Amino acid sequence: MLEIKNLHAQVNGKKILNGINLSVRKGEIHAIMGPNGSGKSTLSSVLVGNPAFVVTEGHVVYEGKNLLELSPEDRSREGIFLSFQYPVEIPGVSMVNFMRAAVNEHRKYKGLEPVPATDFLKLMREKRSIVELDNKLAGRSVNEGFSGGEKKRNEIFQMAMLEPKLAILDETDSGLDIDALRIVAGGVNKLKTNENATIVITHYQRLLEYIKPDVVHVLYKGRIIKTAGPELALELEEKGYDWLKTED
Amino acid sequence: MNAEQQYIELFTTYENTIRLSASDVLNAPRTQAFDDFKRLGFPSVRNEDYKYTDVPRAFAPNYGINLKRFQVPVNPYDVFRCDVPHLSALLYFIVNDSFYDRKQPKASLPEGVYAGGLNHFAESYPEIAGRYYSRAASAGKDGIIALNTMLAQDGFVLYVPENVIVERPIQLVHIFRSDVDTMANRRVLVIMEPRSQAKLLVCDHSIDNVRFLSTEVIEIFAGEGACFDYYDLEESTEATARFASLHAKQEATSNVLVNGITLNNGLTRNNYYIELNGPFAESTLCGMSILDKEQHVDTCTHITHAVPNCTSRELFKNVLNDRSTGVFSGRILVKEGAQKTSAFQTNRNLCATREARMYSKPQLEIYADDVKCSHGMTTGQLDENALFYLQSRGIPKEEALTMLSIAFAADVLDNVRLDGLKDRLHSLIEKRFRGELSQCRECRNILS
Repeated sequence: MLEIKNLHAQVNGKKILNGINLSVRKGEIHAIMGPNGSGKSTLSSVLVGNPAFVVTEGHVVYEGKNLLELSPEDRSREGIFLSFQYPVEIPGVSMVNFMRAAVNEHRKYKGLEPVPATDFLKLMREKRSIVELDNKLAGRSVNEGFSGGEKKRNEIFQMAMLEPKLAILDETDSGLDIDALRIVAGGVNKLKTNENATIVITHYQRLLEYIKPDVVHVLYKGRIIKTAGPELALELEEKGYDWLKTED
Repeated sequence: MNAEQQYIELFTTYENTIRLSASDVLNAPRTQAFDDFKRLGFPSVRNEDYKYTDVPRAFAPNYGINLKRFQVPVNPYDVFRCDVPHLSALLYFIVNDSFYDRKQPKASLPEGVYAGGLNHFAESYPEIAGRYYSRAASAGKDGIIALNTMLAQDGFVLYVPENVIVERPIQLVHIFRSDVDTMANRRVLVIMEPRSQAKLLVCDHSIDNVRFLSTEVIEIFAGEGACFDYYDLEESTEATARFASLHAKQEATSNVLVNGITLNNGLTRNNYYIELNGPFAESTLCGMSILDKEQHVDTCTHITHAVPNCTSRELFKNVLNDRSTGVFSGRILVKEGAQKTSAFQTNRNLCATREARMYSKPQLEIYADDVKCSHGMTTGQLDENALFYLQSRGIPKEEALTMLSIAFAADVLDNVRLDGLKDRLHSLIEKRFRGELSQCRECRNILS
């Protein structure tokens, strides 16, 4: 599904990624762990086409397409979804208008008609229940005045609405209390099928108790320095990252 | 020949014609206004308040004025079917500067309420008209008001007697309709007696592809405890210039909302003078303009807190595209002794291109020591992070920009206290940002 080869990227002239290689197949959950500043968030930003990040070398092939050539909106419509570490507040844009626009753009891309208004509201109701958001959601402005936990639940709600093939969760656990974490992780697990894939970017092992990865990677100084099974996460939790750094 | 000269000559030549067409109340301040105009002339760009709008240049061309009151062949009810929110409003028309009296709304207003032509009102109730007409807008301080007062021949009046509540909104449509370049001098007079309530929506439209120039003087008197909403929707053409001056005088505990929205225009200057003259009066003054091409909107507000315990809230927003220019100059004067004043002013502007220009100047003059006053001004671009967030959900960049522009304007619409109008404005603004706002070109075919 996703094939990253020797990916180099920089932001504001500063090199952050220094040759990432990663292969994700459908049905898999990959965890990417690493200390602060190792390039985890840069990797997710590059994959969704954030214009602040410049790819200087390497290839990314997604579902047979050259991903780096696609606009951010086309990447979304091709099925890539990023759960932002810091979801943006957009005063004046209601969730219902935002999601209607997004869902209908996805449908248009597939040659489908827009969803009728009543069906759409039903769809929203159904999906927001996955992350236990209440019925005031539709009328609220995007993320405006949301608590930290609500923002992350709102990300997973959007993911549920858009049904991506490849979901990237960027530090979705940061700033969450245990209940919110349970709800968010529960939402992600409900959306998991054998046809889609997930990349979980996290600093701590905590989230991985809820979302079980098939593969764990350690990112350090812009490169993947270790790849192993889920047991690696536990080992990192116990020993920290330093033993890997010296190994490198 | 300077710009003033042609108007001086015009008035000297046609003074009798003008006087014959208008009622005594309109004629009374005319001579003084003429003297004022000769003395003041048009404000030049050297005048700090008019630094960014070249008034003499706008008035220099030779515009026709319908001094002899020829009837303009138009049925505004037909013209107006296309785009304008009808709400459930009672609809009145001013064609150029004449009240259209051939057909008026059938639904009756509450007893004692008058909505209609200024001349007719001044002839029927000269005592009331004389007490208010030209009493809020001083011709002695502003050359454009002086010009308007010396040339005005008709206008619109809304009069609501004590304790009367007008439930249905009233809509007044100013139509520019002419085959030659035309000037109109418009007046709106609103008299809200104590504890009365009403809502007035005024729309400015230009129908033809000639050049139009309007001066507009709006006077609002809000008696004790009166509640009045004034919505001004400008949807004209690039060849239209408008110089409007709104003057509101508020008595104790009155509540006046003024909301001016420019969706389409050429050159616009809006002056707002709000006087809070009785304790616990409240004023909400807001506005928004959406500009592109070479469009220009210059807003100048003056809020005077003359007595203690009054509140004013001010919010103006501009969205500027292409090479458009916006000006906001907001003055709040808190007079000595006007303690416990609350005055808040906000001006936010969005420059979507490098060529768009915004000039903003807040001015607070406070002569009391126990007040809450604030002002805030920002001019910038759309939030790149918000734009990317929308794109990352599959919304194309253009669409995302439109959504964010509409969102930027949203809180001005929160200050619309008429649900039907709010919805229509939402859709008009959306159309405007999508470039779909019709110019009613097809209307020309309906003209009789």
